[in-house]
Amino acid sequence: MFSEFLQYLFTGITIGATYALIALGFTLIYNASHVINFAQGEFLMIGGMATVSLTAMGVPMLLAIVLAVVLAGVLGVALQRLAIAPAKNADVVTLIIITIGASIFIRGLAQLVWGKEYHVMPNFSSDEPIQIFGAVLNSQSLWVLGVGAVLVAVLVYFFTRTLTGKAILATSMNKDAARLVGIRTQVVLMLAFMVSALLGSVAGIVVAPITFTSYDIGIILGLKGFVAAAIGGLGSGMGAVVGGLALGVVEAMAAGYLSSDYKDAVAFSMILVVLFFMPRGLFGAKVVERV
Amino acid sequence: MMARLSQFRLKGLVFMAIVVFAVPLFISNPFHYGLATQIALIAGAVVGLNLLVGFAGQISLGHAGFFGMGAYFSAIMTSNYGWSAIPALIVGAVGVAIIAWAVGRPILRLKGHYLSMATLAVGFIIAIILNNERAITGGPDGMPVPAFDVFGWELSPFGQYSLFGMDISGDLAWYLFAGVVLLAAVWLAQNLIDSPIGRALRSVHGSEVAASVVGVNTAKYKSLVFVISAVYASVMGALYGHFQGFITPSVASFDFSILLITMVVLGGMGSTIGVIIGAVVLELLPQLLADFQEMEMVLFGLILMLTMIFMPKGLLPTAANLLAKRRSKSAGGDA
Repeated sequence: MFSEFLQYLFTGITIGATYALIALGFTLIYNASHVINFAQGEFLMIGGMATVSLTAMGVPMLLAIVLAVVLAGVLGVALQRLAIAPAKNADVVTLIIITIGASIFIRGLAQLVWGKEYHVMPNFSSDEPIQIFGAVLNSQSLWVLGVGAVLVAVLVYFFTRTLTGKAILATSMNKDAARLVGIRTQVVLMLAFMVSALLGSVAGIVVAPITFTSYDIGIILGLKGFVAAAIGGLGSGMGAVVGGLALGVVEAMAAGYLSSDYKDAVAFSMILVVLFFMPRGLFGAKVVERV
Repeated sequence: MMARLSQFRLKGLVFMAIVVFAVPLFISNPFHYGLATQIALIAGAVVGLNLLVGFAGQISLGHAGFFGMGAYFSAIMTSNYGWSAIPALIVGAVGVAIIAWAVGRPILRLKGHYLSMATLAVGFIIAIILNNERAITGGPDGMPVPAFDVFGWELSPFGQYSLFGMDISGDLAWYLFAGVVLLAAVWLAQNLIDSPIGRALRSVHGSEVAASVVGVNTAKYKSLVFVISAVYASVMGALYGHFQGFITPSVASFDFSILLITMVVLGGMGSTIGVIIGAVVLELLPQLLADFQEMEMVLFGLILMLTMIFMPKGLLPTAANLLAKRRSKSAGGDA
């Protein structure tokens, strides 16, 4: 009984940590530019797929990971420079469609390069699962949680202690004022997309040994990240982490105790319930609309 | 002012009617008729979605859910319970209206991305139910749908009919039927847009706060247009199912929701003819790109991205702008 619960909890926290990283990526871009980036999931896909194919070509694992993350970062900057920046005055829906176009484009490229098959990535360390109170914990789950925690800590440091991080925050609060005090907001926007892409690709890499990876894995992961970000409240880093973990745990519990066919329905019902009672998510800022 | 509006309305409708009835002059094979019929039915749903997105300024990323509900309700009632197609279509539309109203009241309070998220969630939940209730819907494999019938008279793409003494094939008959339905959908939408309801909706789009200050019951009008656009989707979904003869949960999928809203945005939000052009373009594009095989997806994404970057207002408004500019330039030259 307890071991069953613990098992679902482990599964939930692992996948929830991934959702949290995706949601953080959404949050970063949303804060800097008020764009919801529907191509966020593709950064995960690029991370996982590039790492798998590079190691298959004989590149050492660590170098493959670094190259994959760099590739995703370049892609993030390209997305901002080539697709988002030229359309700066467009409607919210138009921007959404542009990022959807970008995600189809990236997915199409990935399919050209890597084909449609599923790819398997080996665990980072031993394949030996760990037994805790009768529940089994995949060693890779520890990697996901550890890397997730480190990334969150780095982000907190970045945004509270470094000038660049503070510049991003300032831009998200008031772009014009930020520009007036000498912050190069265009660079900040680029940086936000880059950091977001880095986060996404790292999440994609650490989770790949658990979920496998293929060219179209980004769609559903990206959407779940969006759900997590909305649960937490768009724009709140804390909300992204809490929302991601909550979503992962609820999903795993629903799959375990109710029905695995309906686990996604539970996730989407959860967002409806949260928004019903808290229209701005758990930690969303109250915004006063100017007329 | 009113006379000019209704004149414009009539002109647009006559123009559309000419295009709709001229299409059979240029195509003849069943595949093309099938494609044209499919485009007309989907365009009808897009015209309804445009009322919500283009006029009231509310985003729905889950509209395929209503399209799928209409399609499945009609399919289930006609094939399992022996209903006739018209009552199934009407009862389905009423059911969808009630569901849309119940769901719409709370979620339309949400703004911007939260509304996108909520509509996306509603669409997803509907699609998941259709996928999993195998006993009723056939699950992911889908289910067959009987031919569309009116008082015992059947309309099937494989039949032979005579119209005004002319023999016409079932494909052509279906196309003409779908064309008339689309024209009716456009006519209804145009009337709604020019009515007090339409003006109230546009005020909501302009500024919701300002609209409520001058006494527009914004919540009521937003729910109303949400319900109307859901009914459009439901009716078109039901017809689409009967026309195809077979449906799968993909009619309610997230991908299809995205396709519908992309048609609205690409064609030109707020322009009824524009969004129909959007539907035509996005339905034909994959056919044209099919020759490129594995490059299809890359090209589709690229075209979508570039069009929206360089024509953020959509195809028709951008073209109309260009034309107006050129006209005013030449007029200025004359003077």
